[in-house]
Amino acid sequence: MLYEVLRDRIRSSEPVVLATIIDGPGTGNRLLVWPGTDALGTLGNAEIDRIVGRDALGELEAGNTLVRHYGPNGETTPEDLLNTPTLSVFIESFAPPPQMWIFGAVDFTAALSKVGKILGYRVTVCDAREVFATKRRFPAADEVRVTWPGPMFAESGSTLGPRDAVCILTHDAKFDVPAVQGALATKVGYIGVMGSRKTHGKRLERLADVGVTAPEDLARLMSPIGLDLGARTPEETAVAICAEIIALRTGRKPPSLRDSSGPIHS
Amino acid sequence: MKDILDDIDRWRAAGRRVAVARVVNIEGSGPRDPGAAMAVSEDGEVAGSVSGGCVEGAVVGEALGILNGDGNPKLVKFGYSDDEAFAVGLTCGGIIHLFIEPLTW
Repeated sequence: MLYEVLRDRIRSSEPVVLATIIDGPGTGNRLLVWPGTDALGTLGNAEIDRIVGRDALGELEAGNTLVRHYGPNGETTPEDLLNTPTLSVFIESFAPPPQMWIFGAVDFTAALSKVGKILGYRVTVCDAREVFATKRRFPAADEVRVTWPGPMFAESGSTLGPRDAVCILTHDAKFDVPAVQGALATKVGYIGVMGSRKTHGKRLERLADVGVTAPEDLARLMSPIGLDLGARTPEETAVAICAEIIALRTGRKPPSLRDSSGPIHS
Repeated sequence: MKDILDDIDRWRAAGRRVAVARVVNIEGSGPRDPGAAMAVSEDGEVAGSVSGGCVEGAVVGEALGILNGDGNPKLVKFGYSDDEAFAVGLTCGGIIHLFIEPLTW
């Protein structure tokens, strides 16, 4: 019964977190939690359910999956844990997929939407030109929206967070500028803007015209977009962009693995 | 987990018992993050993976042992420092902790 609820929520990309005792008294007990409702199942008693339930919702919000340790009644402070059995609780977050918004219905968009899907993003393509912004041209995208950046950000910008990416591929100032403005007003983790260094220089002038001059804002813009892989084709460029998104999220300055040392996973 | 749901549905619809193994912790270098999951049906069919292929064979054995034994969930460790390392160790040198349980919930 619990499994069916978990399964259905995972399938419909609704957030849910599963807490399972994996070591200590009550091993195998579990609690299924999601925002805005009572939890299902139990870890053993109401007190530990309340405390782990609260912690699990916090981990879900951050998208974390990890083991935490408690006393039999949810104790967490070291003094309370002396002389009491410890429970290891595996808290597994099932968060909705991160979002990738791509502005501009161009060839690069088709390739980027494919690579974005491979990486698990929910991909939305946005362009104001009805003849170009079609599902047929971007079959990999989850959604194709015929609209301007302004309304798009006004409607859904608040759903963007640190795990998400906005890629602006339009090369067109009347589309780029509002898209950059909209993205900067969100908490989105990655903002990439396509164009040569020269194009980006001109774009900065137009952004200044509309009042976007704060250094901390401009520092969020990745432009020219992508890692320096020497990419030429739309597909290669898509890989360069996605590699940059990963590196920005992990805080790495990517050299080749061969030329660095230390563990390859951390 | 998402990638193994269809197989689990299919096995359960056919009345077959299922065990699920999940990566719960990694020490050092590990190929899959916590949450990576693998399901094993009572007749030994497998869906998903918990490493880069290093320990899956041993996990099937553990899972079938649980399904055919007392049915109690089990915390299992595979890794370089383990006695079993030479049999089923991780090639990357890390330690992987798995929780294996029958899907009876």
